[in-house]
Amino acid sequence: MDRKNNSPLEKKSSSLRPTTKKNLITYAMVIFFFVLFQTLSATGNLKHAHKALLVPVCTSIIMAISLNLVVGVLGELSLGHAGFMCIGAFCGSFFSVLMKDVITTTWIRLTLAFIVAAVAAAVAGILIGIPVLRLKGDYLAIVTLAFGEIIKTVVNTLYIGKDANGFHIAMSTANLGLEPDGKIILNGPQGISGTPKNSTFVIGFILVMITLFIVTNLMDSRTGRAIMSIRDNRIAAESVGIDITKYKLLVFTISAAIAGCAGVLYSHNLSSLTATTNNFGYNMSIMILVYVVLGGLGNIRGSIIAATVLYALPELLRGLKDYRMLIYAIILIVMMIVNNGSYFVQLRERLSIKLKSGKNKKEVA
Amino acid sequence: MKFLSQLISGISLGSIYSLIALGYTMVYGIAKMLNFAHGDVIMIGAFVVYTACVTAGLPAVVGVLIAIVFCTLLGVTIERFAYKPLRQATSLAVLITAIGVSYLLQNLALLIFGSDTKQFSSVVSLSAVTLADGQLTISGETIVTIIVSVIIMVSLYLFVNKTKPGKAMQAVSEDKGAAQLMGINVNGTIALTFAIGSGLAAIAGALLCSAYPALSPYTGAMPGIKAFVAAVFGGIGSIPGAMIGGIVLGIIENLSKGYISSQLSDAIVFAVLIIVLLVKPTGIMGKKINEKV
Amino acid sequence: MALLEVKNLGITFGGLHAVDNFNLTLEKGDLYGLIGPNGAGKTTVFNLLTGVYKPTTGTFYLDGHELKGKKPAEINKAGIARTFQNIRLFKNLSVLDNVKVGLHNEMKYSTFEGIFRLPRYFSTEKKMNARAMELLDVFDLSENADTLASNLPYGKQRKLEIARAIATQPKLLLLDEPAAGMNPNETKELMETIHFVRDNFELTVLVIEHDMNLVAGICEQITVLNFGTELAKGKTEDVLKNPEVIKAYLGE
Repeated sequence: MDRKNNSPLEKKSSSLRPTTKKNLITYAMVIFFFVLFQTLSATGNLKHAHKALLVPVCTSIIMAISLNLVVGVLGELSLGHAGFMCIGAFCGSFFSVLMKDVITTTWIRLTLAFIVAAVAAAVAGILIGIPVLRLKGDYLAIVTLAFGEIIKTVVNTLYIGKDANGFHIAMSTANLGLEPDGKIILNGPQGISGTPKNSTFVIGFILVMITLFIVTNLMDSRTGRAIMSIRDNRIAAESVGIDITKYKLLVFTISAAIAGCAGVLYSHNLSSLTATTNNFGYNMSIMILVYVVLGGLGNIRGSIIAATVLYALPELLRGLKDYRMLIYAIILIVMMIVNNGSYFVQLRERLSIKLKSGKNKKEVA
Repeated sequence: MKFLSQLISGISLGSIYSLIALGYTMVYGIAKMLNFAHGDVIMIGAFVVYTACVTAGLPAVVGVLIAIVFCTLLGVTIERFAYKPLRQATSLAVLITAIGVSYLLQNLALLIFGSDTKQFSSVVSLSAVTLADGQLTISGETIVTIIVSVIIMVSLYLFVNKTKPGKAMQAVSEDKGAAQLMGINVNGTIALTFAIGSGLAAIAGALLCSAYPALSPYTGAMPGIKAFVAAVFGGIGSIPGAMIGGIVLGIIENLSKGYISSQLSDAIVFAVLIIVLLVKPTGIMGKKINEKV
Repeated sequence: MALLEVKNLGITFGGLHAVDNFNLTLEKGDLYGLIGPNGAGKTTVFNLLTGVYKPTTGTFYLDGHELKGKKPAEINKAGIARTFQNIRLFKNLSVLDNVKVGLHNEMKYSTFEGIFRLPRYFSTEKKMNARAMELLDVFDLSENADTLASNLPYGKQRKLEIARAIATQPKLLLLDEPAAGMNPNETKELMETIHFVRDNFELTVLVIEHDMNLVAGICEQITVLNFGTELAKGKTEDVLKNPEVIKAYLGE
């Protein structure tokens, strides 16, 4: 092939590729805000109530990024993402409570808790991934929602204790049959209490950075292209030899593992962990979906911004007391209509044409 | 006898799910959207009945009628202001808007009525019937719920299949563009669908709170989700599917409450849904979707 | 041995024989045409050969390997690539990335190597970029490498689809109405390109086309389908003179 070789790619090889540049800006943004809030917090310029938001905001960011991998990058609607977080939270806390006296070095114990939680959530991700392969669209959405609710309900009915004879699992305290020296770790609807409060803003920040690293690098790789090709056109993707089953399962697994880690971050920020509709039920799953959609499908930086702003918004509106959630709801509806409504979409198109023609006129003059 | 009584109350609960599921399925069929706010319309309906009957002391029938009118208007208003501007948008955008509407309704109720649970007084004055020498008692609520549901389902079926607006609804759900070209008022038909669905939700709300008399701003959420499951179970978009799905769901829930575990009943309901969808990926009565290549 | 051997292939949709008793033998390097009126079952043949539909009867072999019942991805790996009548690009990916998805099974590194940016990621990506640019050059698309596929003009979208299909290193390329929507100049250019890729990439090409100029210009042999069955086959100029064929196209 002896054709002219002035490809734009060659020209750009010296400077950064657009994707790399975009990712670097995202990293820089996260680091900047981490340093800012860490400084504010260290110098005592942050109110206690706001300081308490730092770790939960990190949790929401990680959840939003991992859900964006499923919804925005793979293009499948999932309404049960909080279920993976639930598994991670309970497995991580279970591990930490169990090992509190065995492994006394905090960072080793916490790292192991993260690994345990990631593996457990990943297994659940594979389990959910299997029906995903058969179902499409809204049917898939409802199955993920059902999975999330099952996980939450089952966690609420399980009792797990440990004594000299080992572990005991039952559906009620009475059936546990613990020796007098035994202790209950998972106590049905009362959940797990006594998790060491090891989550800090620094750990949250590190986890956000790791998530960011994994997800953005994944997207900008052979695997990521295959995943996005499935999203854009499943039939065409199959026609060029992409194994749909493999990549869908992979996405669900990775996304679940990351959500599991977010769960550990969440549970190690509380002294007592229970599973309710608001923290691990569909309410939470939907809240995260809202972050993802408002941040932009497939847009990781958008997810980070939306998760931060929308998580903090109700807290910042606290002055408005009872009206705050009402205002939140109205903002959500108005934003969706302004972003997606046909009237506003046309308005923006007209404006951008006007702006462009205006610019051109200037250039001519 | 225990089985029979569980079965009957399961059918009763299932009838309520069916009424709610009809709203989901009709709206889905016609607007291709998951109306997540539908469960909250039930709650609003129940609050209207509560205000009319308990606070204002009106007779139950009048209270229910007011609730039906109120919810019908509410449904049409929601459609007009929140969903209609998004007719051309992606289904995900509409879904999130519906979630916003759901939050809005919950928080409005929270502001007006407070977060404490209200004791709902039954709209049914029929007394319980005892059969088989007192071994089987069927409450008045159960009887009325089943009768009302049967009447509604039959009339809805006749409406959709025999009347002009009903046929217009079918046409719009089949192909919006073609329906418009045939002179059908698409916007009007969609509004009508929301009106019917929301009116049914008001009735479901009154019946639900009569059988389970605790009312709070979050009352509608869980039955809403379950009715949504029922609609998918039966094949979303299909009216007979929603009826069957609702009743099957109610029976499964009640039987697992009675025989397995009351805490796990929700998990069992959802597990059955997943199994059904694995066997029939578009629900019991759903159409097979074929993608054209 | 023939490259493609199709024997008695057929499919019924709810009692309707969309394609019935379809036979075809392609030798390596053939440029073969499949024509017929609308609804004759041409695209259905493509869908059968690429595993989108499972045949009700018959079977087919590529290089002696039976491919009946295999999934689309497996059939592509076995050596059949295609384009689509209604263009199916990866709209939100760049032109370059569309071709790189086509290279997915040709140049590999693991997901792990991709995430952690191990050396094989860089070396393979470099090779992929070079190869993809080479292919884009053939189709005059290298200037558009960074453009989103959905922003390409129509004619270029068709070309990109062909480039993506060739990237999978097929032995057999199926083109579904490649000239649809193109003006005569573009069609002429496309004909040259099809010849060029057939010779340079050692391909065998099966093309569905309505544009008789294109068919007469590049196809050495053709099959005419009508109502799902074979109406005529043979040398292009002979078949196009066949009164049965003229009747099928122009009516009585």
